[in-house]
Amino acid sequence: MTDDATELFDIELKLLLDAVYMRYHYDFRGYAMSSLRRRMRHAMGRFDCERMSDLQHRILHEPAFFADAMQYFTVQVSEMFRDPAYFLALREQVLPVLRTYPSIKVWVAGCSSGEEVWSLAILLAEEELLERSVIYATDINPEALAKAEHGTFAADRLPLFSRNYLAAGGRGSLSDYYTSAYGNAMFDRRLKKQMVFADHSLATDSVFSEVHLVSCRNVLIYFNRELQDRAVGLFRDSLVRKGFLGLGGKESLQFGAHADAFEPFVANQRIYRKVAP
Amino acid sequence: MALPRPLEALVIGASAGGVSALQTVLGSLPGSFQPPVFVVLHVPKDRPSGIPELLGGYCALPVLEADDKQPIRPGHVYFAPPDYHLLVESRDAVALSMDEPVLFSRPSIDVLFESAAAVYDRGLLAILLTGASSDGSEGVAAVRAAGGKAWIQCPVEAASPTMPNAALAHAGADAVLRLGEMCERLKGSTA
Repeated sequence: MTDDATELFDIELKLLLDAVYMRYHYDFRGYAMSSLRRRMRHAMGRFDCERMSDLQHRILHEPAFFADAMQYFTVQVSEMFRDPAYFLALREQVLPVLRTYPSIKVWVAGCSSGEEVWSLAILLAEEELLERSVIYATDINPEALAKAEHGTFAADRLPLFSRNYLAAGGRGSLSDYYTSAYGNAMFDRRLKKQMVFADHSLATDSVFSEVHLVSCRNVLIYFNRELQDRAVGLFRDSLVRKGFLGLGGKESLQFGAHADAFEPFVANQRIYRKVAP
Repeated sequence: MALPRPLEALVIGASAGGVSALQTVLGSLPGSFQPPVFVVLHVPKDRPSGIPELLGGYCALPVLEADDKQPIRPGHVYFAPPDYHLLVESRDAVALSMDEPVLFSRPSIDVLFESAAAVYDRGLLAILLTGASSDGSEGVAAVRAAGGKAWIQCPVEAASPTMPNAALAHAGADAVLRLGEMCERLKGSTA
């Protein structure tokens, strides 16, 4: 590829993102270009599109095709109690503060297929806080949301999830919370009562509730700085005074526009607290 | 010299045997070295690698493990964190991703090299060191296609020759060098 080729690829990619926005109102225009380039190249390979314009044509004209192609725009990797030290810090340092509120609202932003939502519900249940909590779980991807709501995960992932759960300070056994059938683990419906699943875009939607904790991990890494600033601005505006924000292990507020609105709370787990205005 | 003029950025990929080779290469960079340096070393996931701290002791430049959207500063060395891909997002910032592993590796050398090639094109020098994988082959091809230069460690010298051999077969190189020769050229690049 020459300079020109890279430049043309970027132009066509931007046109595609514009087209997707105009046709389907999904806004990927603020996504980080470096990984989008690679994922779109994959999509072209996977769908046998020699040119980006072929991909654009099919996306524009075939809504069902766009639903398939969507997985190349968003990344879905998650596991239950991923980074156990983060959940341990929530359990030991954040929940004791949240316990002082009469009711607790948690927002899992970009919840993907829901592993983290169910993990948080278990955490809250074990701390005897679930009954007075609401967990908002939002994502832009309807398929992922449906999976998240279902709360069923492939049985072969459970050994990893169980190890994570124990490392996160789990008080029992993860198997206390699910029943196995047909190679799947279906999680306890009682955990679900306090969950609210909703389609919400950090790129185009606004604040929908006041919350005490936002957990948004390894979602911002796919955004460019401007979109990151927008998303963190939403978190700031929805958090109560001295509310908490948890990010992914390599995500940081310090390079963004809202660095001053938060202070580190558990610095090595990237848990921040909104500063009192 | 097979060096981009001007040299705007340096990317380095290494796998098995890479710690010692990186120690040599990073150790040769003078404190006056201006281009930013990005490094992927294959490491096990799920634990802090400690590698940036270790290698920082041998390098005259600041060595750090990259955070997402970390600003790129001249003469700084950025390592990919375990279990994340490291990409060059623009001349101003890096990016991380948790996209699928490539050839079983995350971080992946191909991902870093391709992203850097798209940003720095002719100003990029890529160095591929020892490794028992074929990661880096596509990356070297992308760097060369974009007009940048690629140096590959002489397979005879490499602790594990698979990676240099695979890249040479797939993409060729602008120079095949021993570590000592690389170091000499890098020292000369700031002159």
